[in-house]
This record gives sequence, C-alpha cells and structure tokens, in this order.
Amino acid sequence: MASESTHAVLQPNVGTAEQHGHHSAQMPTGIMRWVLTTNHKEIGSLYLLFSLLMLFVGGTMALVIRAELFQPGLQYVQPEFFNQMTTMHGLIMVFGAIMPAFVGLANWMIPMQIGAPDMALPRLNNFSFWLLPVAFGILLSTLLMEGGGPNFGWTFYAPLSTTYAPPSTSFFIMSIHLAGISSILGAINIIATILNLRTPGMRLMDMSLFVWTWLITAFLLIAVMPVLAGVVTMMLLDINFGTSFFDAAGGGDPVLFQHLFWFFGHPEVYIMILPAFGIVSLIVPTFARKRLFGYASMVYATASIALLSFVVWAHHMFTVGLPLTAELFFMYSTMLIAVPTGVKVFNWIATLFRGSITFEVPMLFALGFIVMFTIGGLSGVMLAIVPADFQYHDTYFVVAHFHYVLVPGALFAILAGAYYWMPKWTGHYADETLGRWHFWLSVIGVNLTFFPMHFSGLAGMPRRIPDYALQFADFNMISSIGGFLFGFSQLIFVWVLVKAIRGGEKAPAKAWEGAEGLEWTVPCPAPTHTFETPPKFVPEVDSPSRH
Amino acid sequence: MSKSQSSDEGVKRTVRTTVWALLGMVLFTIALVPLYDVFCEVTGLNGKTATSAQVMSAQERDDTRWVRVQLVTRSGTGLPWRLEALDQVIAVHPGEIAQARFRFTNTSDVRSSGRAVPSVSPSQGARHFRKMECFCFQEQWLEGGESIELPLVFQVDPALPADIQTLTLAYTLYPMSEVVAQGGYRE
Repeated sequence: MASESTHAVLQPNVGTAEQHGHHSAQMPTGIMRWVLTTNHKEIGSLYLLFSLLMLFVGGTMALVIRAELFQPGLQYVQPEFFNQMTTMHGLIMVFGAIMPAFVGLANWMIPMQIGAPDMALPRLNNFSFWLLPVAFGILLSTLLMEGGGPNFGWTFYAPLSTTYAPPSTSFFIMSIHLAGISSILGAINIIATILNLRTPGMRLMDMSLFVWTWLITAFLLIAVMPVLAGVVTMMLLDINFGTSFFDAAGGGDPVLFQHLFWFFGHPEVYIMILPAFGIVSLIVPTFARKRLFGYASMVYATASIALLSFVVWAHHMFTVGLPLTAELFFMYSTMLIAVPTGVKVFNWIATLFRGSITFEVPMLFALGFIVMFTIGGLSGVMLAIVPADFQYHDTYFVVAHFHYVLVPGALFAILAGAYYWMPKWTGHYADETLGRWHFWLSVIGVNLTFFPMHFSGLAGMPRRIPDYALQFADFNMISSIGGFLFGFSQLIFVWVLVKAIRGGEKAPAKAWEGAEGLEWTVPCPAPTHTFETPPKFVPEVDSPSRH
Repeated sequence: MSKSQSSDEGVKRTVRTTVWALLGMVLFTIALVPLYDVFCEVTGLNGKTATSAQVMSAQERDDTRWVRVQLVTRSGTGLPWRLEALDQVIAVHPGEIAQARFRFTNTSDVRSSGRAVPSVSPSQGARHFRKMECFCFQEQWLEGGESIELPLVFQVDPALPADIQTLTLAYTLYPMSEVVAQGGYRE
C-alpha cells in the first residue's frame, strides 16, 4: 500500500484510463475526498446538495414570514426580526439556492453533453464551490450578531443598507463578495470548458440548448458580477471609510445605488432563468418524442434576452422620479423582451404539437414550468406599463410576479432536471409515484401561495410588512396555508432522492426512450471518469439542429 | 486527463480573454459613478442644483407665464436645528430675479455646524433653477440658541419647459461635523 502511494505521488499524471482507476483508489477518503475533489461530477453533487440545503434554510425563513402573516396583527415575531427574515430569505434563495443549483447542473451535465472528460479548470472548480459554504456561513452568522442580520430587503437599497444598517452589514458585504467571486470563477470555468473541450466535430450550433443557455448565462455573470462587487464595495466605503457615494448629506445620491444595483440586478434575474429554459428545451423534446422545434431561433432568442437585459434596468425604479423619456424608453425596451420569450414558449408548444407525449415526472415539471412561468411573464408585462406600475410598485403584485417566475419557473426547471438526470446520477429511476405526489402537491401549494398575492397586491397590500390591514386577511390566510403545503411537499423530494441513491428501478444508459445527447451514451450511474477519449460525434446524426 | 495540447492552449486563451473582460467590467463599474455625475449635471436628472453661485441668465423675462416655486425644508438626522422657509410659495415670471428668506435656529445650547442640501423636483427643472446667492453653497455655524435669517436669490431660466408650472425646492439639513469627520462633502 505504502509503495503504491509513493508510486502515485511520483507519477501523478500518467494519462491512461487504467492509471486513473488506480489513481482514484489512492484518493483521500472520508470527508477529505469531498474537500479536495476536482471531479466535475462530485463537485456538481456538492453544489446540488448545498443548494438543496439552502433551499430548506431559505424555505424555513419563508415559513416564518407566512406564519406571521397568517393573521393580521403581530403573533410570533417582532417587526425587526421579520425584516431580517424577508431579507435573508431573498438573499439565500437567489445566491444560495437557485444559482448554485444551476452551477451544479452545469458541472454535472456540460462535460457529459459536450463529450469532455471534465471541466477545463478542475481545481478552480473546487475552489469556487468551497467559497459558497464560507459565504453563507458568514451570512447566516449575522443573524446571531448584536443588532441582527441584514434587514433592508434583498435589494439592500441605500441609505437603508448604509446609514440605517445594522453593524453586521460589513459581514453581509463580505459574504456577497465571496458568493460573487464563486460565481465569476464558475462562469470562467464554464466558458473555458464549452469553448475548448467540445468533442471533435461538435460545432457551437450542435450543442444542447442547456449548454447554449449556460454559455450565455456565464457571459452575463462575467458582465454583471463586477457591478455587484462594485456596488457593495461602495457601500462598505460609505459605512466604514467616510465616502459619500450614496449619502445625500455628503453630496452623494441614493438613486445612484438603485441604478447600479439594477444594472446588475436585471441581468441577474435572467441568470436565474436562462439555464431553466435550457433544461426545459431538453425535457420537452424527450417526452414528446420529437426534435426541438426551432433550435436556431431558441439560441438567438436566448442571446436576445441576454442583450436586452442590459437596457431595461430602470423598470425597477419607475417611481423614483425619472424623466418621461426615460420611463417610455424603459417601458418599451422591457416589453420588447416579451418577443424572444414568446418565441421560446411558442417553440415549446410547437414541439409538443403532434408529439407522442408521455407524462413522466420530469415532463410534468417541465409542462408546469411552461404554464406557470408564462403566468409570471404576463404579470411582468403588466408591471412594465409605467402608469400601472405606479400602482403596483412595492405591492404584493410584484411579489406574486417574481415568485411565479422563480418558483414554478426556475425552481420547477431545476426539479425537472433533477428528475430527468437522476437515473444518470444514481443509476436508479426516481420513484414515479412519489414524484407525482411531489409535483401535484407543489403545483397546488405554489398556486395557493402566490395566486392570491396578485389580488392582495392589486388591492394595495405593500411588500415587506409584518402586519396588514384587515381587508387582506383572507388572501393572506390562503397564501400561508399554500406556503406550508408547498414547503413540506419539498420533503418528498428529499425522500425521492434518498430512495434513488439507495436503490430502485435500474436505469439503462439511455434512461428515457426519446432522450438525445452524449450524456445518454454513458452508463447509469455515470462512472467517475467519462469521455477520457473524446466520443464520436457526427453532426448529421447527433446534432439537435440537424435537418 | 487526455486533454490535448491544443485544447490546453485554447483554455489559456479563453481564460485570458474572460479575465480581461472581467477587468473591463470592473473599470466600467468604477467609471459609472463619475459618468452618472456628469450625466446628471447635464440633464439635471437627480434634481441637484449647482454647488456654487451662478450668473444671471441674460435671456429676456417671460411675462406671459407664471411659475410657482414651492420651498420646503426637512431636518435630517442628528442635528438639533430648525430650518423654516419664511416664504413658502413664490410666484415668479421666468427670467425674474426673486428672493426667498429662510430662518436657521439652533435649538440646543452648543455650537454646531450644518449644511442645507437642495433638491429640485421635477428633476427636469433642476438645471433651469439658477441660484445667485444661497446658504447651501457652504456650511453654517450656529451658537447655542442662535437664530439667523439667510436669503436665497434665484432666477428661473426662461428656457424652463412650458409644461412645468410648479418647481419644488426642498432643503434637507445635515449635520456637517459628522460629514467632515468622515471625509467631507463630495462636490
């Protein structure tokens, strides 16, 4: 044993497959195996499990909010703590649950879909994952600090987040920096992988839609994460070093904060939805047993959405006092986004048209995505109308809108992807019966929670308040019941996952009859190392864009 | 891994390009702050007015219309002062020179300094609001219990868009000792 490990140390990089099998036997065991891993599949699993954990942490906070709002008046928590809950719920779900889940899926699936042996920069990959537990450890620890955690909303508008912020805000800034660095490094890795490690013969227009949407998302991350880093650094300087970027008393401008934040923030919301489009664009063709309708238009639509995301940011700030010309510009540019998004929805429906559709759990979640994401998109168009937005701004209508695009939107797509690829990850199909229960209870829960919020918002209920006027009581009670139903339904997913890891119906390499793509050519579960020699790829036969 | 030599080169090239793009975005973010200031100065977008005395506009007085100038005051945090607008609404013709009086009172018994920071709404009117003399150009010092009256001499530029009939000038009082201690006023 000792001589063998010496051998491995002396010749760490002899590149035959046999050597690798041998080499991995020498890998550290126990916890160190996961801390030091550079394998894209293991890092992908770490990302996914981390985001699942964060989903439950953020979800618990959502349930604290919903419990307090079950009835008017103050029941369980004080307003100060309520504000920390709304803020932390948003931050954790955005930066800790949705984004890492997509990076986890990218880690697992991109190398396998383009026929690469691993990510281009495996060590960097390990580093970008391990930044996340540190970032969120710091963020969560602020809840125990004197003065409490962040309480200014996930958008952390100055001067709430500077002049009036709790002392823990510098820790919050640190954690945002770390999460941002993690995202940037992940994005660089993904771009380098997609552009350089495709199997010979695979052109860009032969890549799966998931790879395409992630490539575009990675460019968005590179473009806007520095803006987020810049804006939190300015906050740090304002708080600790006496500058006045956002302080009117010192000649600064709080509105500058909002411009900078939303210049990051709007592309950020597309960062959270474009990979979801990619996942749905794989699942719908698989279970409709047809090729994706309009492959090229899907790619161009994704790119258009990404470009448009840079010129719509001020639609979040219509009520801040913009000149009429600016309001009109941002209204029309925002409505323009409905065009490429409409192209996508049209293409999914056209793919379904005359398909031989079956309704396995991944397909259920994908179809749920299409229907309910579109509801969220529609309320988005309503919010884009300037005079209407003056009424809707900062009401529960906005809360309903962005939860429809993020929960039955982004989260359902992630769950659809998890059910779709679970055979590839664990070697076993997810339990179909439990999966159906998970899906239907989630659908009922999500709609009970968020649909009434449209009405309470239109009736004028403001966001981020622990107490409300009596006329909103019924809608809030329904929302709270739905929220608890949705939250506890997610435990079924954990059950399904544990069951699939432990056993269940064995899956063949091509787990779904209609599935296409290189990931279905390797066995289920995927061995630790795949595609050490690049697979054969003939565009005329294998490309999703073939004619 | 059996990554070929050429893909290793490609990865290096891609990483170099993306890191440059990243640095470009960092510089762009830093540049956004002065760019925003310039943009606001040209368009008056953030309702800020000039920070030093301006000359009178030579344009002819427009007697055909009236502009209502509302003067409002707000006390910022932490300064035991009272700021009152003695003339709360003044109707002027564009081009006319007008004066408004403000009274500053230190309600505590210690000497302290403060500064009134102005903001004009609607913001499109900001660059058409010209101030010949204003207490807002510098900080004020008041002894404990002292009260002084200070004038604002202003002119509404005849170039003010015709659809603006009311301009609101809001002064917010901020304690200067804290601002100075923290690095001073950003002009």
